[in-house]
Amino acid sequence: MFNRLSEKLGDIAHKLRGAARVSEADLDATLREMRMALLEADVALPVTRHLMNEVRERALGAEVAKSLQPGQVIIKILNDALADLLGGQRRDLDLSKIPSVILLCGLQGAGKTTTAGKLARLLVSQGKKVALTSVDATRPAAREQLQVLAGQVDVPYIAGEGGSAAAMARSAVKQAGRDGHHVLILDTAGRQVVDDELMNEIRDVATAVGATERLLVLDAMTGQTALQIAEQFHSAVNMSGCILTKTDADVRGGAALSVAHSTGVPIRYVGTGEKVDAFELFDPQRMAGRILGQ
Amino acid sequence: MVPGGSVDALSEEEWIDIEDGLIMADCGAELSGALVHKARKRRGGSIAALKESMISMLPEVAPVNEPAGGPFVLLVVGVNGTGKTTTIGKIATMFRQQGKSVLVGAADTFRAAAVEQLAVWVERAGADMVRQHEGADPAAVAFDTIKRGVARNYDVVIVDTAGRVQTDRGLMDELAKVRRVITKAYPEAPHEVWQVVDGGTGQNAVMQVEKFREVAGTSGLIVTKLDGSGKGGIVLQLSHKFGLPVRYVGVGETLEDLMEFNAEEFISSLLPDQSAD
Ligand SMILES: Nc1nc2c(ncn2[C@@H]2O[C@H](COP(=O)(O)OP(=O)(O)OP(=O)(O)O)[C@@H](O)[C@H]2O)c(=O)[nH]1
Ligand SMILES: Nc1nc2c(ncn2[C@@H]2O[C@H](COP(=O)(O)OP(=O)(O)OP(=O)(O)O)[C@@H](O)[C@H]2O)c(=O)[nH]1
Ligand SMILES: [K+]
Ligand SMILES: [Mg+2]
Ligand SMILES: [Mg+2]
Repeated sequence: MFNRLSEKLGDIAHKLRGAARVSEADLDATLREMRMALLEADVALPVTRHLMNEVRERALGAEVAKSLQPGQVIIKILNDALADLLGGQRRDLDLSKIPSVILLCGLQGAGKTTTAGKLARLLVSQGKKVALTSVDATRPAAREQLQVLAGQVDVPYIAGEGGSAAAMARSAVKQAGRDGHHVLILDTAGRQVVDDELMNEIRDVATAVGATERLLVLDAMTGQTALQIAEQFHSAVNMSGCILTKTDADVRGGAALSVAHSTGVPIRYVGTGEKVDAFELFDPQRMAGRILGQ
Repeated sequence: MVPGGSVDALSEEEWIDIEDGLIMADCGAELSGALVHKARKRRGGSIAALKESMISMLPEVAPVNEPAGGPFVLLVVGVNGTGKTTTIGKIATMFRQQGKSVLVGAADTFRAAAVEQLAVWVERAGADMVRQHEGADPAAVAFDTIKRGVARNYDVVIVDTAGRVQTDRGLMDELAKVRRVITKAYPEAPHEVWQVVDGGTGQNAVMQVEKFREVAGTSGLIVTKLDGSGKGGIVLQLSHKFGLPVRYVGVGETLEDLMEFNAEEFISSLLPDQSAD
């Protein structure tokens, strides 16, 4: 992940390493290169701007010019800015309520249904009693897909009933309660953020079941529009976190920064493959380090 | 607005806004900067000049490679979740509406309920389908499909494949095998290999197309989800760098949501509104 960005920043460090002193002009040139590198990594433009301001301020404060290894100092500053943005401390999912409902939402094809299976498997391994349900009435065979995954990770699939997604979700939650499940993972249909009708629907679903966790599932290959996507889902369901999928595609993954910047919610997990065990905890420190190839 | 449609002499700020717009449409920072720089130097700098140079980046669109006789064989590839299966449903419908017979091969034997999903689309389109059991060898399904398509003289044969990330060596090898086997079953096939790219994808799409082209011989692109917030600006780089035409765009989840690619409209969508045009 983030390989290209590391390379570019490596070049920057290399260029500045030998410099006896760094002038304001050198700093500007470095920031311009960083800006290009971040944009190439699909960090949204407003987020890139924010980061560049941050780095400039911190760099001036740290008197980079007088340091022995100005390149390293600037990169350390960017590293810290990234780590700060990516969320600092990790927080566990709040599963105190019984049953707790975890709502998964996102764009079409982002990986919600697959992630539902992965998350179920993970929570089962932590001793939870988990069930899966889908309120996706749009995509052909969406529910069959989740049923197959439920079978693979050996948890029950609950079929909700009702005329709307919110009604189906409510009925599934009731059933989960009756069956004594700790957690119900609620998979939803994919939607575009410019589709008002479907954005209202997801808002309704989230409120109808009082979902304790509302997670945006986002394709790590998403470009600049990740910013708008995160903002819109946040305003619809008040997101409590994000899961980044398909990070195995050698993504530069600036989308992660866009989500963090625009919503402030933690990225909790990353998908690293198609199989149900290809799922890892997100680690902001490690991720920031990875961006910089450290 | 200036009569005659050219909007010249934009201010520095306006140019910056245009460049920002291109970047945020996923055209890429380097390319966006270069395009604006070039346009500003030409003819006093106008959006028209910019638009022209953007359109000229797109390759001349040659007609689809259709066979003189026998079925037209289309292989559909791409990374996970881009919209391959849905697009096949739409394309099959289009061919059916032209009165052609269509056979679809379900060579995604891996993903949960992938075959069931395709079956729904095939039925909606009024096409026929070749399927095997879950976990079957995708190459075997492709082979069967082509053999049957030729034997029964279908007009169009389409092979759906599983999504795969371009970094997965094993799965990319599998795709290469699918392609080889298609040619083995019918030497002039596949006539076209279309890679489906999600219109919301960022710069990663360049690596995707590079790899898929190498492995599967991509001959055209389909850009999906342009009904969403993604503008698909990455297509500019893809088309230019690899000389690949965009054959169709996806604009929704129903059978009708497939459109022919219109270069002029596409480029305009990446630029600020120009009421003078
Ligand atoms: N390589 C890889 N593929 C993934 C990952 N997560 C999901 N996928 C694949 O992405 C594709 C789409 O996944 P789905 O789970 O169907 O996506 P979805 O968001 O439920 O899609 P819709 O319900 O249609 O909106 C499938 O091919 C999955 O196997 C991941 O982390 N890595
Ligand atoms: N809004 C919108 N959604 C689309 C479009 N094309 C496909 N989709 C949706 O995207 C999701 C994924 O589509 P699929 O056809 O399953 O994608 P795929 O490439 O076959 O996925 P895998 O086989 O899992 O790799 C589905 O929810 C589709 O309805 C489009 O043009 N616009
Ligand atoms: K996607
Ligand atoms: Mg789904
Ligand atoms: Mg598919």
